[in-house]
Amino acid sequence: MSILDISGVTKRFGGLAAVSDLSFSVKHGEIVALLGPNGSGKTTMINMISGALVPSNGQIRFQGDDIAGRAPDRIARAGIARTFQLVRILPSLSLIENVVVPAAFGRRRLWGDEALRHAASCLDRVGLKARCDLRAADLTYIDQKRLELARALSAEPQLLLLDEWLAGLNPAELQEGIALIRSLTHDGISILMVEHIMEAVRALCPRTVVMAAGRKIADGPTADVLSQPEVIAAYLGEAAHA
Amino acid sequence: MRQLLPFYALLGLAGLAPLWLGDYGAGLLLGMTSAAILATAWAMFSGPTRYVSLATVAFYGIGAYVVAALAESQPWPVVLLAAAGCGGLVALVVGLSTLRLAGIYFVIFSFGLAELIRQLLTWYEVNVTGTLGRYIFTEFQPRDLLWQLLVLLAVTLTLSVWIHRSRLGLALRVIGDDETVAAHAGINLARSKLTLFVISSVLISLTGAIQSPRWVYIEPSIVFNPTVSFTAVIMALLGGANRIWGPILGAVPLYLAFEFLSAHFPDHFSILLGLLFILVVFALPNGVLAALERLRLRKGAGV
Amino acid sequence: MLSSTLILGLVLGGSYALVAVGMTLQYGIARIMNLAYGEFIILAAFATYLLFGSLGISPIVALLIIPVIAFGLGVALFQVMMRPLVTRAGGSGRLEVDSILATFGLLFVLQGVMLLAFGGNYTSYGFLDQGVNVLGTTLAANRLLAFALSIGLAGGLFALLQFSRWGLALRAVALAPGSAALVGLNMRRIAALGFGLGTALAAAGGVTVSMFQTFSAHDGVLFTMKALVIVIMGGVGNVLGALVSGLLLGLMETAVARWVDPGLTLAATYILFLAVLLWRPEGLFGKAAGR
Repeated sequence: MSILDISGVTKRFGGLAAVSDLSFSVKHGEIVALLGPNGSGKTTMINMISGALVPSNGQIRFQGDDIAGRAPDRIARAGIARTFQLVRILPSLSLIENVVVPAAFGRRRLWGDEALRHAASCLDRVGLKARCDLRAADLTYIDQKRLELARALSAEPQLLLLDEWLAGLNPAELQEGIALIRSLTHDGISILMVEHIMEAVRALCPRTVVMAAGRKIADGPTADVLSQPEVIAAYLGEAAHA
Repeated sequence: MRQLLPFYALLGLAGLAPLWLGDYGAGLLLGMTSAAILATAWAMFSGPTRYVSLATVAFYGIGAYVVAALAESQPWPVVLLAAAGCGGLVALVVGLSTLRLAGIYFVIFSFGLAELIRQLLTWYEVNVTGTLGRYIFTEFQPRDLLWQLLVLLAVTLTLSVWIHRSRLGLALRVIGDDETVAAHAGINLARSKLTLFVISSVLISLTGAIQSPRWVYIEPSIVFNPTVSFTAVIMALLGGANRIWGPILGAVPLYLAFEFLSAHFPDHFSILLGLLFILVVFALPNGVLAALERLRLRKGAGV
Repeated sequence: MLSSTLILGLVLGGSYALVAVGMTLQYGIARIMNLAYGEFIILAAFATYLLFGSLGISPIVALLIIPVIAFGLGVALFQVMMRPLVTRAGGSGRLEVDSILATFGLLFVLQGVMLLAFGGNYTSYGFLDQGVNVLGTTLAANRLLAFALSIGLAGGLFALLQFSRWGLALRAVALAPGSAALVGLNMRRIAALGFGLGTALAAAGGVTVSMFQTFSAHDGVLFTMKALVIVIMGGVGNVLGALVSGLLLGLMETAVARWVDPGLTLAATYILFLAVLLWRPEGLFGKAAGR
């Protein structure tokens, strides 16, 4: 039974198709990697799932409902949370306030002590609980990423979209980050992650979808997909050049 | 709400003031109270969202005109309700058409709104009623109006504190920081902004309504004077538009300063006002309260 | 009737187009939403009136002098007043709010100065006011001249932006302020240049408007409002869009004044604005600007 079903989704900007006729699905509790060279349309796809962009064509079914084109706040309340490629925190709010927000406006609409307790437990999970009264603007880049994840968790999503959340971490932090994401799947959260770090993809994602120039070129068990010639040509070929 | 108790007491005392201040003093206090409400109501919406509303006087004038049209035929509470209703309705229409879009559209719309309503009213009065001006006759003494305004100020502040602590207040602060994050956290952007804009506009309309009997004679160019919008913004900015007490703190001294300036330098008033405004934007972008806080922090760090 | 409305409308629209092109440059290039924009138009109108009335300098000559002075004034204003705000904002959305507030203050200062110097009454001067027959409609020669000058200036500027190297730089900044710096453009200079150019166009608009219309120290706000509406209609930063929308607004205002009521022209402008906001908030020609 899949939680997310994408079928025939296309997004055109002017004459250019950033995503064309893309279909794949994510099963309950699954953690799927979405790979592809720069500009292949991964973030555009994430933006369409979260409601930031409206697809030109196609269906995005979340738990059976077509959510394509719905406003982002409705999609968030339906149970999809995300992080952003360029980390986005709420700089003038404290850490705990940052994390209270999705709880307060999510499905359970927590407020008061209950919301604070919930937010504190989310901060605890990413290791920021001790600093919960700090202003978010005063955090380092890495801690801002942690905060962003805590905020996404606070929404208690069924589906979590991670857009290069592991980018920019040092090796020790990367191991910590991988462990953190793995722990989420134990809670039954399904995850779709855009990621460039192959080590993380291999460690976390049993299944991988690969995009190139807006189209799906591979979909299957990660090890198999990564050894397919067209994937190597499109994706790893580029990485070898870089 | 316990923090407001001393403030309610202060307002109560201000209500006693006309007993020994005389009419001039009561008038001054009345103007100051009205300025405090306008600044607080403006900041209620524009402070957290950073959507600069330049339309304060549009709603203020609507309130005054409703009184001019209804005061003779209807009981006062009905008149006030109608003023609140009209202001709220206009805010709803303006908000529905602009608040879904980027902030700049709202600013532009609000910039010309007062002028638009002024022109429409002038057209209506000249072509339909046949006279430009209207008289407002009520039995209210200045002190009666002062008492009503003091109650309105208490209501405004209570609302402001309540909103600040409510989900709505949090939603607006998030929107002010990052609209994209707000939407992805489940906040309905348009509805949150609209709700607050309507509340703020209703309060402003009521202020215009209650203060209008002071004029006796009104016409569109008198009640839709852009200076009102201007002073509300500068008062709120001076004190700090993101603080509950900021706008009042800005309103009291600036109201007195404006009274003094307009009495002594009537020809230069608008220039001085503009210069003062620019000065505030440059020197105290977050208001006096924030500046004081920073100063205290710095001193604390130095010790 | 129809042809005369059309002609009068186009003439008025020509001035609007010129003025709106200036504002779209200021907002598109310098990222300053200038609420005091209309005051510069009125200042130029008064300056033309003074030059003509006391020194006998023809408004056509004034059109060569005043915009040049205005350009200098605009650049100076940008360096003194806007630069600190730009620096403070550091590329964030705060510049928009700060510039709105600062120019809102400037509006009151300039209006106050003009009220002090010229009073609040309507002013005009007689220049080329004999009639000329255009396609069966008698039109004051000054209107015709103003129209020709406006369209000439705005069209010339459009060509300059479209076909010169310098214009390419300005358009690059308007389209992608973040990446323009990457290709070696000096953003600080270009922003000041854009602001100055906008001020010069406002002044040119003021000179041409003063040739055929009465004006007062209170009118700046109205011009700002109309320019803003035209800029939004045309798509922010889109020069051709501003040109066409300006002509459209002039036509519509003249039509409303002729057939409905002259007291409702602003209402008509607002209805148009509302329609654009509801129907195409990215501007009538928004897509063209993106390409």
